[in-house]
Amino acid sequence: MSTEQIRKLAILAAIWIVLLLAPYWMAPLGGYTDLATRVLVLGLAAMSLNFLLGFTGVLSFGHAAFFGLGAYGTGLTLKYLTHSTPLAVIAGMLLGGVCGAILGTLIVRRRGVYFAMVTIAFGQVFYYIAFQWSSLTGGDDGLRGFSRQPVNFGLFKLDILSNANQFYYFVLLCFALAVGTMGFILRSPFGRTMIAIRENERRSRFLGIPVERHIWIAFALSCFFMAFAGALYALVNNFADPRGLHYSQSGDFVMMAVMGGMRNFWGPLLGAAVFVVVQDYLSSVTVNWMSFVGLLFVLVVLFFPRGLLGFLQRSKA
Amino acid sequence: MNVLEIRNVTKRFGNLVAVRDVSLNVARGEFCAIIGPNGAGKTTFFNLISGYFPPTSGSITFDGKDITRLSTHERVTRGMARTFQITEIFPELSVFENVRIAAEVAGGYRLRPWINRAEAAEINKRVEETLRMVLLETKTHRLVGELAHGDQRAAEIAMALALRPHLLLLDEPTAGMGDQETYQITQLIRRLHRDSHYSIVLIEHDMRVVFHLADRICVLDQGKMLAQGTPQEIAANEIVQAAYLGNAA
Repeated sequence: MSTEQIRKLAILAAIWIVLLLAPYWMAPLGGYTDLATRVLVLGLAAMSLNFLLGFTGVLSFGHAAFFGLGAYGTGLTLKYLTHSTPLAVIAGMLLGGVCGAILGTLIVRRRGVYFAMVTIAFGQVFYYIAFQWSSLTGGDDGLRGFSRQPVNFGLFKLDILSNANQFYYFVLLCFALAVGTMGFILRSPFGRTMIAIRENERRSRFLGIPVERHIWIAFALSCFFMAFAGALYALVNNFADPRGLHYSQSGDFVMMAVMGGMRNFWGPLLGAAVFVVVQDYLSSVTVNWMSFVGLLFVLVVLFFPRGLLGFLQRSKA
Repeated sequence: MNVLEIRNVTKRFGNLVAVRDVSLNVARGEFCAIIGPNGAGKTTFFNLISGYFPPTSGSITFDGKDITRLSTHERVTRGMARTFQITEIFPELSVFENVRIAAEVAGGYRLRPWINRAEAAEINKRVEETLRMVLLETKTHRLVGELAHGDQRAAEIAMALALRPHLLLLDEPTAGMGDQETYQITQLIRRLHRDSHYSIVLIEHDMRVVFHLADRICVLDQGKMLAQGTPQEIAANEIVQAAYLGNAA
């Protein structure tokens, strides 16, 4: 093994140790387990967006729609259909993912700003549906009246409802599955065609890659991951919020990805951590917390254009 | 048998006729060069062959099949590979990764979310062979964007070769190069033709390159095919001399 590979493995091990022990080191530092759970879920969402943005080079500005659809799908399933948490999560993921795959067919021919605009437009459609269809979605008040249910693994049972640590580990397991799948895809021949498209679309086309079809697959996969994160988010809050579908939420995800470093697989997780922790801390101090997050974002973009993680890596190299 | 048969192809952009009723046959293993002044329609003609846009009229046959309406990637899948006047590469990837993407697509793995050890080994072998062919084997792990212009061009040719094409389209491979680099690329193209028997269509405006390499030369001027023939015939052709070669020939 080369030193480069050893270094990469060491970093990977460090990331997972930090995540695995989060409930134990968060508390002494003034955090709490729920905060770590939110970081994981929003981090997964930002990583899902970045699967498309950072690795295919396509900016979707409406990804919150699929996040929100995942949340509503899960909430509605738990409220009306079943008390099985895993089934509800799968239902949410399918709802968001399938909608993403269908819409994807309509937008993959657009590029750049036009792609972003069309994704915003479609995203807002879902926002207004959730906002207006009060009888089903609870409208402006959001969807209430459901809660996550303990998960039975046969051999043991995870009480994710009342035990914050057990819920954290449940979410961490889901996070690991999703992130592992993403990493696996990115290392595959298909993943390399995504990177090829990001690097040079014309060259990709002239290598025999049907660019639109590959962007569509990447978009649909990204929507499935996003909806999965949204499903978990519904479990975190026992609540689905129409603002979770709004384009400003999409903007937050883009911000997390860019702040953390979109050329880096783990960058968006770091971006989400900074975003969530700063929000948690500042929102108890001032209602204008968002302006501080915005200021931080501007500083990062100005001084670390490759994001926080991109900057850390470069200074090490 | 002809690899490529182009019949009466015309391309209009509004009122402009960029390519006017051009026909061209390329035999298997033949090296055909297209020359002509700037704006003669050479690159437009290449774009028609490679499917960047469809012709307004006329037909294109590749390996005996009509490909006039096929998209670029379908033509590439059938064995046509192209390089560009301005090098098109993946600058932030290594030389190896650039060529590996081409080799994997050619191997039919492009939609696969996994690749097993044996397949990966086969691909790596193929990439290394290709890089040896273009003499980049010592620069495998350098980023392509950091290489000298001539080496970037060689990397682009390597990507085209990794597709295992039956027809190579090279658009001004020596554009913007110094004498040394021009010489190296010319030698590379000569080897591809003489030793590996690729069918090649080359656009070039450097006359030394063309007259040394090509079996046949086609002269385009204002979108029309002015003349076709062996280098000797073209050098002796009075119309061509008047229109294009001027005093240089």
